[in-house]
Amino acid sequence: MTVITKQPANPIAHLTPEDIEAIGHELDAIRQEVLDTRGERDAAYIRKVVDVQRKLELGSRAVLLGSAFAPAWILGTVGLSIAKILENMEIGHNVMHGQWDWMRDPKIHSTTWEWDNASTAEGWKHSHNEVHHTYTNIVGKDNDLGYGIMRVDEDQRWYPMHLGQPLWNFINACFFEYGIAAYDLELGRNLRTPKDKRSPEFTRRARATLKKIRKQATKDYVAHPLLSLPTGSFLPTLAANFTANLVRNLWSHSVIMCGHFPEGVETFEKAAIPERETRGEWYLRQMLGSANISGSKFMHIMTGNLSHQIEHHLFPDLPSNRYAEVAPKVKALFDKYDLNYHEAPLPQQVYSAWHKVVRLSLPNGWLATTNRKNLPSQLKMLYAMATKGPRVRRAAQARLEQQARRLTAEQNSAQAA
Amino acid sequence: MTSPAPVLRPVGNARAGAAPRWSRWRREVGATLTKAAEVLATPLVPADYLDVFAPLRKGADLRARVVAVEPETADAATLVLRPGADWAGHVPGQYIRLGVDVDGVRQWRAYSLTHGPRADGCISVTVKAVPDGVVSPYLVHRLKPGVLVHLEQAAGEFVLPEPGSPRHPARLLCITAGSGITPVIGMLRNLYPSTAAGVVRTARGATYDITVVHLAPSEPDTIFARDLRALADAGVIRLVSRYDDVHGIFDVAQLSDLVPDLAERTTLACGPGGLLDALTDHHAAAGLPLSTEQFRPTTIVPGEGGTVRFSAGGADTTVETDGARSLLDAGEDAGVLMPSGCRMGVCFGCVVPLRSGAVRDLRNGALTTAVPGETGPDGVPIQTCISAAAGACEIAIP
Ligand SMILES: Cc1cc2nc3c(=O)[nH]c(=O)nc-3n(C[C@H](O)[C@H](O)[C@H](O)COP(=O)(O)OP(=O)(O)OC[C@H]3O[C@@H](n4cnc5c(N)ncnc54)[C@H](O)[C@@H]3O)c2cc1C
Ligand code: FES
Repeated sequence: MTVITKQPANPIAHLTPEDIEAIGHELDAIRQEVLDTRGERDAAYIRKVVDVQRKLELGSRAVLLGSAFAPAWILGTVGLSIAKILENMEIGHNVMHGQWDWMRDPKIHSTTWEWDNASTAEGWKHSHNEVHHTYTNIVGKDNDLGYGIMRVDEDQRWYPMHLGQPLWNFINACFFEYGIAAYDLELGRNLRTPKDKRSPEFTRRARATLKKIRKQATKDYVAHPLLSLPTGSFLPTLAANFTANLVRNLWSHSVIMCGHFPEGVETFEKAAIPERETRGEWYLRQMLGSANISGSKFMHIMTGNLSHQIEHHLFPDLPSNRYAEVAPKVKALFDKYDLNYHEAPLPQQVYSAWHKVVRLSLPNGWLATTNRKNLPSQLKMLYAMATKGPRVRRAAQARLEQQARRLTAEQNSAQAA
Repeated sequence: MTSPAPVLRPVGNARAGAAPRWSRWRREVGATLTKAAEVLATPLVPADYLDVFAPLRKGADLRARVVAVEPETADAATLVLRPGADWAGHVPGQYIRLGVDVDGVRQWRAYSLTHGPRADGCISVTVKAVPDGVVSPYLVHRLKPGVLVHLEQAAGEFVLPEPGSPRHPARLLCITAGSGITPVIGMLRNLYPSTAAGVVRTARGATYDITVVHLAPSEPDTIFARDLRALADAGVIRLVSRYDDVHGIFDVAQLSDLVPDLAERTTLACGPGGLLDALTDHHAAAGLPLSTEQFRPTTIVPGEGGTVRFSAGGADTTVETDGARSLLDAGEDAGVLMPSGCRMGVCFGCVVPLRSGAVRDLRNGALTTAVPGETGPDGVPIQTCISAAAGACEIAIP
């Protein structure tokens, strides 16, 4: 997707500044309604989720004590994977957003929560709550857009290294918790800085992260396997814990990719965001920059209600159990102002997001202009673009874009006919 | 995880060295097990898991389970609570802090214990529902047996002079108004337990000579009216009840008529600020000893409020408050985890540093200011429960 201001048909061109402010007021009203009715029922909900999660985790770990026995391994691994997903998604992510701070329960509070993840709560709260939620989908400002390692937008120049991005993305998905930890630390930028010029703050946070990683790894890969030693289940338990972490990583990566990555979700140009964005303008950016996943109640809980990514981005600090309730009202507002409420089932959103990763790993227009017949010549050109220096790349790029434009024009006239 | 090792006394020469070694060994094993449990539970702590199954166990944060809610009057009820294993007991007259979730929000309030140590190991408090109150109407009308509440150990100095102290055996005058009877009834029930057969006379009870002056709007809504009358009928206390609807509004000048031997008695008083202030003046003028307990602060007409920034470990919360709202309430309403205690300026459980700006003492209007660079790096300690913003200020939450 091209940043919104450069699209041929800007999807918000029909909105007047008054419309945008009116949208802001309507969304504020929806938010206030939830605040006014927030109470016992919501508190009971999160306590129940925490209770279920703890019992499920303990139960699964107990079953894994005998994981040399294959059915126990399967049962325990499935249970632990679900427990870890619940802990990260519906509990950790949302508690750290401060969604439950109003309860004033020191045990379920954003300032005290530490989650079952390689990244520290402190680092996550900074990079996610402050940076990502404030600068949602602004190219160059929102690190969630490709985590600084991927080409996520047509407007970013293509380099040969981007050919590898489907692979990077997959590896990042498998070890997502470490990826998050690294990008919370802005590891890339900081490692490029000479050692003596790095801020003491970075050193402190890097130390804290390493300590956390060590504790996490000791728990999953040493301590719990050791408990299983008496039944000869050391290695099976280790493998189960590894698998559960892997499953949780792949799952959370997929969910998060679905939130902002599917085709059709808008991105924004840094320069086009006003210095002082109004509340209405901020809301509008959140509305267009997020995508929902449709599905069952269980699916919503397992995604930490990030399946209601649009509602979450509009109201990041409302209790997650309320997103489903406000969704119809939010959707009605999209309809009223003729905006695209981006929603699809999980497999479709995952496919769409991956399709974009692959498409953008290739030069603009390449995928569109390639068919079975011209594949060999297209590959040859791609090879040249990847190996023959900037001049060749630029010339080939220009040609590709011209062809792609012509193709679209032909398709349009064929359709018209 | 482990209990502290018992102190074993060495028995005979052969085992003289063994006992300390044994206890050291137990301590070390205990410490190792605790460590292991922490490694297994990280990033949570073992207690987070144990709490799911045994919230009242030894070593847990102190909690209690509601056993019964017994109505006393139309708007007051006694809560019987079974405290967790670490409950350390109390002296009658002391209060506990109770943390309950009202509409999902944790609220802490102080309540006087209304009895001595009970045979069943439970504790009880008696709550009067304050109109428009957040917590008391919930406790009286909505709380159900089985609910877990949070608890702190008993505290407070408003207790009877102990046998052996210079003021004992004591001739006492207890002046109580409305729900201010609660700490006093705790003392009286402990001295003069009542059974099915009537009030029991104890040796300890016999060493006290107590007159109670109890003030209330009317008899039907007087908590413990029956208990007081029973004690008076049994002859263990002298009771003077004054009801506004019958006797008119009480005036401290009447005291010497109601209690002729006033000058020989030590006064314990619990009631609203106005009454206690009047008594303080009266007793000071007469040179009489007085000890008081108050349930909420007497506040002044406030000034302007301001913008308050609560900074808690890098996470800042900023709120606009008016000059009448305590910083404790303002912070709590914004979801900040504020330390607190009695909520009325006596326990200092709410003290946090004021980093910059000014706050006003809600009891007397006194201003406290902090100027970064001038007032020291740690700021100026303030009690948030009786302070309100007086302009912009910043407060650090530990
Ligand atoms: C040491 C100590 C011991 C206490 N012991 C008892 C006890 O044994 N039994 C008991 O019932 N309470 C006792 N209290 C008072 C109790 O802690 C609460 O303040 C009380 O229950 C009101 O709380 P709330 O949340 O209902 O009212 P809040 O929501 O805190 O107050 C609501 C409104 O009611 C006003 N208000 C508060 N208290 C009173 C009152 N007493 N009369 C009239 N208006 C009031 C407030 O100023 C406010 O405007 C004690 C307080 C202290 C400090
Ligand atoms: S809470 Fe006790 S002094 Fe403030």
